[in-house]
Amino acid sequence: MEFGLSDDQRMMQESVGRTLERVTPLEAVRAGASAFEALRELGVPGVLIPESEGGLGLTLLDAALIAEQLGRHVTRTPFVGSAVMAPLALKGTPWLRKLASGEIKAGVALSEHASGARDGAGISVRNRRLSGRAMFALDTDGADILVIADRFGDLHLVNARDAGIVPLATIDVTRSVARIELNDVEAEPLGSAALERMIDAGRIMLAADTLGAGERMIEKAVAYAKERKQFGRVIGSFQAVKHMCAEMAAELEPCRALVWYAAHAFDAMPETSRLLAAQAKSHVSEVGQFVARTATEVHGGMGFTDLLGLHYWFKRIGFNRQVLGSPERARHDAAVAQGWVGN
Amino acid sequence: MDLAYGPEYETFRAEVRAFCKANAHRAPKTWFSEESRAWQRLLIEHGYAARTIPREYGGYGAEPDILKSRIIAEEFIAAGLPMGMANQGISMLVPTLLELGTEEQKQRWIAPTLRGEVIWCQGYSEPGAGSDLASLATRAVEDGDDFVINGQKIWTSTAAQADMIFCLVRTEPDKPKHEGISYLLFPMKTPGIEVRPLVTMTGRAEFNEVFFTDVRVPKKDIVGQRGQGWLVANATLRHERGMLGDPNQAGTRFKALVELMRTETVDGQRLMDHPVYRDRLLRLQGRVMAMEYHGLRLLTASLKGEDPGIARLIVKLQGCELNHQLAGFANDMLGELGILYGDSPHLRAGGEWQTRFMFDLGLIIGGGTAQIQKNIIAERGLGLPREPKVAG
Repeated sequence: MEFGLSDDQRMMQESVGRTLERVTPLEAVRAGASAFEALRELGVPGVLIPESEGGLGLTLLDAALIAEQLGRHVTRTPFVGSAVMAPLALKGTPWLRKLASGEIKAGVALSEHASGARDGAGISVRNRRLSGRAMFALDTDGADILVIADRFGDLHLVNARDAGIVPLATIDVTRSVARIELNDVEAEPLGSAALERMIDAGRIMLAADTLGAGERMIEKAVAYAKERKQFGRVIGSFQAVKHMCAEMAAELEPCRALVWYAAHAFDAMPETSRLLAAQAKSHVSEVGQFVARTATEVHGGMGFTDLLGLHYWFKRIGFNRQVLGSPERARHDAAVAQGWVGN
Repeated sequence: MDLAYGPEYETFRAEVRAFCKANAHRAPKTWFSEESRAWQRLLIEHGYAARTIPREYGGYGAEPDILKSRIIAEEFIAAGLPMGMANQGISMLVPTLLELGTEEQKQRWIAPTLRGEVIWCQGYSEPGAGSDLASLATRAVEDGDDFVINGQKIWTSTAAQADMIFCLVRTEPDKPKHEGISYLLFPMKTPGIEVRPLVTMTGRAEFNEVFFTDVRVPKKDIVGQRGQGWLVANATLRHERGMLGDPNQAGTRFKALVELMRTETVDGQRLMDHPVYRDRLLRLQGRVMAMEYHGLRLLTASLKGEDPGIARLIVKLQGCELNHQLAGFANDMLGELGILYGDSPHLRAGGEWQTRFMFDLGLIIGGGTAQIQKNIIAERGLGLPREPKVAG
């Protein structure tokens, strides 16, 4: 019985963290710098891809530890879509090797099945050709291939050059999201087996990302509360402020175990992973929102400014909350997974 | 990550399970009774109670093994059987005596306490010394071979049934508050002790007030040195971890909520089919899961002898709050049925949800209030500075 990280996992997490500290300090985040090349050297694009295909052959828990670091450092890089979700759909294809080496990147469009269709989204298939609109595709910036789900949940592979990719400006400038317009585009069928697994894995990654971003926000709030003086005292000695910090820590700390457990279950107990991924996504999102606003409040007016840049974490957490199923949607999926309600 | 217990432990689990099956009929229905003491003796004999207490003091004498303790708890709960007694004498006084008592005190008190023959109550809190326990004012003045005690304790559970009390008193009024306290043991039958039941918002007397008027206690019945009572009491607090109980009480309670959602109907519709109630149930499930796995993380840290730091400090705050929220949701989903109490017709679960909702608020306040817990998390866990001392 051991519910915790191995030494290898701790080392891997530290090494990713050190790299990100170096390549994406806040100035780099502001400038929109990508950490892809640095992460590629660590093998991150192939974290889940088997070693026989040139990847690291690690587990979803390892990927979650990376995602946590990405959230901590509000890192811009294709990851959730390209490194975690797409490889699940591309098992047994030659694309894996190219993804693992970082030679290509993959966008993923299946929001209609994770969140529901909005604004006329829906892809139809005719003679192996796709038409229609997919909303909120992930990791589309610089993507070479796209994994797209049609209306019925069948997955398809499309060359990004053939697709109309319309980038969508979001609150979170560290992520790339797009609307995809397809007009009779040639596609390679990938079956439907991976759809739910992709959504589950993506949800766990977003929960882990929020965990990391939330941790960092708490650290920043605590550091600020130890330094900022008012009424002749550091504000962290006032119980009103101290208790805000304690509440954030008390809420976020159990999220770590929930993320670990959900990520571990994805590989070790796949029959439970629909429920766990949905609950991790929903619960960590709720706690993340509380931490994001409370940490901002601890910083007072400064937290609200662009000067400190705290808002990058606030927005990252906000993005993670809505994408691949907002809390209400994820909880509905959790209810379905337990047979508490029909689809 | 390895969530399996392994073959050695699964063998142990099978033994415990077999014991539970074979002995379920002997489980006591009443407490402070001969049948409950017989059950306790049976559990000690098999190592399911007083497991790590040395044999020479009436325990089972096993090496500490957190996983085995957990398996015992899991199996007893699964079988619906009462676990070994976990009263304050067993969970707090016994470890204290083992660590700081004299040989005579150990020989005299530990075995009968473990067997439930001697029931203890804890005399710590006072009306003027709650969160600031070290400011306690019950005086013990030396007179010949005795201390003479005057003062009052409050929140003393089981005082009415207790044979003995372990009690903090002020022996050195001139010393700084933490250095003038002594830890005494004396019988509740000693002349000058009056116990008054303290009825709480649940309508029951779960606690008592205890008044001392010229109570004479032999000076030899002190644990540790005179003036070191604060250290003795704090040594005990380290053993609180030993009070395992239900390792996942919130999980057990959550299962009951799911059952309630499936069976209760409003306008002929199951509550589970009502999306608003269902979403609230699912929100609570996320919290329950997070705390359950958090428990696994703490268990692993214990097994490795690591201090999990802030992860441990948040448990009282979050655990009590979650249990309170679960009970509150049960009342809400019952609608007007949720206000019924006592012996009312239509009452659900014997009024247990209302009782728990109220009693849990007591637990949020007791044993270090939520606000004190937040101070501890912020100061010890996050390194924030203490509130400046008020002058005077």
